[in-house]
Amino acid sequence: MIIGVLREAHPGETRVAATPATVAQLLKLEYAVVIEPGAGIASGFTDEAYAEAGATVGPASSGDIVFGINMPSAEQLDGLREGTTLVCLIAPALNPDLLADLARRRITALAMDAVPRISRAQSLDVLSSMANIAGYRAVIEAANVFGRFFTGQVTAAGKVPPAKVLVAGVGVAGLAAIGTAGGMGAIVYATDPRPEVADQVTSLGGEYLPVEAADVEVSATGYAKEMSDDYNARAAALYASRVPDVDIVITTALIPGRPAPRLITADMVASMKRGSVIVDMAAANGGNVEGTAAGEVVVTANGVTIIGYTDLPGRLPAQASQLFGTNLVNLMKLMTPGKDGALVLDWDDVVQRGVTVARDGEVTWPPPAVQVSAAPAAVAAAPVAKVVKPPASPGRRFATVGIAAAVLLLLVAAAPAALRVHLTVFALAIVIGYYVIGNVHHALHTPLMSVTNAISGIIVVGALLQIGHGDTAITTLSFVAILLASINVFGGFAVTRRMLSMFSRS
Amino acid sequence: MTVESAAQAAYLVAALLFILALAGLSRHETAKQGNNYGMAGMAVALVATIALAIDRDVSHTGLLLIGVAMVVGAAVGLWRARVVEMTGMPELIAMLHSFVGLAAVLVGWNGYLAVEGGADPVEAAALAAQGTLGIHHAEVFIGVFIGAVTFTGSIVAFGKLSGRINSKPLMLPGKNVLNVGALLAFVALTVWFCISPQLWLLVAVTVIALLLGWHLVASIGGGDMPVVVSMLNSYSGWAAAASGFLLENDLLIVTGALVGSSGAYLSYIMCKAMNRSFISVIAGGFGIEAGPAEDKDYGDHREVNAEQVAELLEAAKSVIITPGYGMAVAQAQYGVADLTRKLRDRGITVRFGIHPVAGRLPGHMNVLLAEAKVPYDIVLEMDEINDDFPSTDVVLVIGANDTVNPAAEDDPTSPIAGMPVLRVWEAGQVIIFKRSMASGYAGVQNPLFFRENAAMLFGDAKDRVEDIIRAL
Repeated sequence: MIIGVLREAHPGETRVAATPATVAQLLKLEYAVVIEPGAGIASGFTDEAYAEAGATVGPASSGDIVFGINMPSAEQLDGLREGTTLVCLIAPALNPDLLADLARRRITALAMDAVPRISRAQSLDVLSSMANIAGYRAVIEAANVFGRFFTGQVTAAGKVPPAKVLVAGVGVAGLAAIGTAGGMGAIVYATDPRPEVADQVTSLGGEYLPVEAADVEVSATGYAKEMSDDYNARAAALYASRVPDVDIVITTALIPGRPAPRLITADMVASMKRGSVIVDMAAANGGNVEGTAAGEVVVTANGVTIIGYTDLPGRLPAQASQLFGTNLVNLMKLMTPGKDGALVLDWDDVVQRGVTVARDGEVTWPPPAVQVSAAPAAVAAAPVAKVVKPPASPGRRFATVGIAAAVLLLLVAAAPAALRVHLTVFALAIVIGYYVIGNVHHALHTPLMSVTNAISGIIVVGALLQIGHGDTAITTLSFVAILLASINVFGGFAVTRRMLSMFSRS
Repeated sequence: MTVESAAQAAYLVAALLFILALAGLSRHETAKQGNNYGMAGMAVALVATIALAIDRDVSHTGLLLIGVAMVVGAAVGLWRARVVEMTGMPELIAMLHSFVGLAAVLVGWNGYLAVEGGADPVEAAALAAQGTLGIHHAEVFIGVFIGAVTFTGSIVAFGKLSGRINSKPLMLPGKNVLNVGALLAFVALTVWFCISPQLWLLVAVTVIALLLGWHLVASIGGGDMPVVVSMLNSYSGWAAAASGFLLENDLLIVTGALVGSSGAYLSYIMCKAMNRSFISVIAGGFGIEAGPAEDKDYGDHREVNAEQVAELLEAAKSVIITPGYGMAVAQAQYGVADLTRKLRDRGITVRFGIHPVAGRLPGHMNVLLAEAKVPYDIVLEMDEINDDFPSTDVVLVIGANDTVNPAAEDDPTSPIAGMPVLRVWEAGQVIIFKRSMASGYAGVQNPLFFRENAAMLFGDAKDRVEDIIRAL
């Protein structure tokens, strides 16, 4: 089969869906590649370079499969035959009309931005690979505008404080930004609704700022979701307190299929120091920052630069094209099981099912839900090998309790009045002891044991009341008992005290 | 308001303070407060009791003796508490249990001497009038029995823990018959004693109980000592409660029941951690069966030296240390804490994974690490950390063996099959600090040592840890 590679019609797009290197890999899968003239020029790949790699230069519409970065223009679409497979970024959630149009044209559409976030599909996840580049580039853009060093220095010409960077949203882009800014010497803070990313932030040298809220998020899909009002209020308070102090803010918060959440208000922007920089990586979807203009750089009245570029990955075109192209090659590898240049769409595979948004004249979006990523780990935490006794059936348990109650009843009823009171006290104290100790922290077992030890020295009370009533034998025995129990009481409390004073928090 | 009623009120206050003490002890933040409540409760109880004793016309000699006994006891207790090594905590606690047991026996004997022995005819007459003289006989008997079992049991536990007695389980022929026989004899003697309270019966039951206590603990291996110690803790509580019934003292009953049930619950947690039946532990019949002869070929183990381990640690991002009793024996906790500090200063995440039965006492490892100033928030228990091993670069197993044995999960024929273990082998690299290739307390070979990602660092744990610190 023939793969056609489009020349991007989208204004300002510098990337291309195949590079000479990926063309060679596609040829290995027994595909033929046709590339439109000048498709790679903006990324620095000439037609000759493609030809050298084995591609023919010609119209992409001649291909059975058509590669693009963005959705083709209307004319490009008109040129495609029925039954063509189109592979590009589609944003299916935002473009239902487009999906219907594709279905009407009987085009099989594979949306590269609909790859499910499972480990197996990582190698074809263009959102990740592009976000990685965008995160890096965001820091570079900020550094370009920012009038100071990132790293702190003490020089003969005076001291330079390090730049402080706040990254909002720790996805792939956020992590890339943290790593880049940290590598350049800045002090990096990061925040995210998902507490599980804290370790990732720390591992890249950043400091995680948690939002103290009840509904911390455990992500089931690998993406962020919209948060409650309470959470948003607390997050806003966190931003308001941190933003005036930092020099650079990079916001990356995107929610699939929704406008970007507003994280930084105009007031917060106004509170920043002159010369500070904000990079709003969500500008294309409305922006996380109030005052962002998509694709533009805005300087506010108080001298804060808001960068709203939407083409951050495209600003490293050769790199971005190479990664995008490799993602496409990996998709082709998955869908060409015979390595014979024949595309096979396996409808039972969650990855292939997930990316296919239109087929045979039907819209096939959204796909059935796939549960992935971190959340199931909590379920898997249950030890597998533990030999668990089946819990007694309710009836049987009821019978056990009933028999025990009956025995106790007979015992107490038969006991003389004086004993009955004591038995009542005894039974209740056992229950209290059980429940009081029920939630003890494992680390405190030893101090707990030594304190119960001291308390059980209370037996001294008995001996105290027996001593000194005339009988020598009783007095002697009592004396020994008091001595022993006193060792217990004083030793037990003292040693507990000593142990507890050693427990300290870092 | 008489002294009698005031004392009763004080007892109630003391009992509530004890409950607060136990509740406080369940969290780090409130633990010190809890201990203070306990001390306050004890002070209230002691003052009330001494006042009560004076009110009941205790002789001057008696009062003097009380003073002497308490001062001497306090001095000994405080001295022991100050000098005890944290590694010696299990021995100290076992010894203190034996004191409670012995005190309970003595109080029981006093009860006999006063009422049945005729030293206090007024009390005897009062009981007879109430119709509870028979109950009193039984209470004396039960109190002495539990106290004596606790006493010798704790002595044997103390001996085993301090190495004075061989920690191997004693295997007497027909040991279950002996245990059950002793219990039956106790029941029979109790009935006899209730009908005819004679001194020789009390002597007989004391001897039987002493022997039973000794045998129960002697037939349990050293590896199971955490359970034994918490079980004896429970027994000492029941002994106090029995004395309370004997003396008709509600404070003793409440306190004894609190300690008894909390100790039983602790042992239950321990048993669950070792996958053993609670009933069989309480009955003392859970000596380890001899495992099948091991002829299996596990392959070869790999050895590393301290410098290589230091290099591994320097390259790691995340390290988990799983200590066991071996760390306590080698007194390596200070070196380990030092190593932890050094690694953390380099930005390496270091955490501790503690198996519930690591050490010879529940929570023993936590106390040792706290002594060496390891912050408690990086010391996690098994369930908290077990899922983190796959994302960990290096695991240091220091003096632990059975608690990290994969056979518990993989090999259904293993004697420790089904016991939850720390899954250290899922980490990138496992370093095992060990003196030799000998097997652990359970006597089971550990296939972990022969895994591809495992390496042995032989020698004394303390020296080896110091070597690593030097090489860093």
